[in-house]
Amino acid sequence: MDVVVVNDGSGDNTQFEAERAGFSTVNHAINRGLGAAIKTGIEYAKEKKADIMVTFDGDGQHDPSDIEKIIWPVFQKKADLVIGSRFKKSKNVPLDRFFLNWFANFITLLLYGVVTTDSQSGLRTFSQKALNVVDFKGERMDFSSEILLEAKRNNLKIAEVPIKAIYTEYSRKKGQKNLNAIPTFSRFLVRLLR
Amino acid sequence: MFTAIQILLLAFVIFAISRVYLRLKENVISTRVAIFWFLIWIAALVGISLPATTTRIAEFFGVGRGVDIIVYISLALLFYLVFRIYVMIEDLRHQITYIVREIALSNTSKSRKSRKKPKK
Repeated sequence: MDVVVVNDGSGDNTQFEAERAGFSTVNHAINRGLGAAIKTGIEYAKEKKADIMVTFDGDGQHDPSDIEKIIWPVFQKKADLVIGSRFKKSKNVPLDRFFLNWFANFITLLLYGVVTTDSQSGLRTFSQKALNVVDFKGERMDFSSEILLEAKRNNLKIAEVPIKAIYTEYSRKKGQKNLNAIPTFSRFLVRLLR
Repeated sequence: MFTAIQILLLAFVIFAISRVYLRLKENVISTRVAIFWFLIWIAALVGISLPATTTRIAEFFGVGRGVDIIVYISLALLFYLVFRIYVMIEDLRHQITYIVREIALSNTSKSRKSRKKPKK
């Protein structure tokens, strides 16, 4: 197993601390956005010929013990892409997040025809097949829905597994900002209409 | 005789044409792009010095005044240019990300030996 930290242009000690802990790091010289960072992780996994890849947000909102749950469907060959859904068993989700996510899911359904309970989740598992076929253009938050569209376009099996979401003040501060939804949504529309 | 506004606008258009010419000479813009801008500015030159022509064009298109048709065409053109620039910036952003990613992947930590603690 290889743990890689994609440092998306952080000027703090992220890279140093990750390496001190013994993990590989891939460092973007400048900040390119969440989608770009995930894609770099995917490229890294492809280079290493990984059988399976898990994306895990660095803001402390995921529980590492959920990884086992979300890789299981891929091991069982029941899915190529597993989304860890924070809302499937929604408890303790702040109301604003609940509505924002509902809106994102609705737009994903409307534009892409994909039903999901958590289109924006950062905890995902990709099978090798998914790694090789999923290609997305979104470089910021808008890539999340695009992954689902790509999966659908390539006839990948998608599964959702309920996961825990840890909403601390830190994770909320580091995660998607509510107001980001507007530019994210507009960029998403422009890409669709272009 | 030219009115004051005509003289001002003409001076500006001549200035703009000179800029296009200079950028073309410096190879900053391609001949195609230069021809596009020359045509735009020459059209402006004609429109300003012979306002009657724009009135005739306006009449042909069924628009009331010469000035109106200029405003309509300019707006459409501006919107289109903004769109082109937007697409260009998006492409540039993707290209930058591609370069950043390539550099990052070719310098992964395990392929490097020494690493210093970054400055705060």
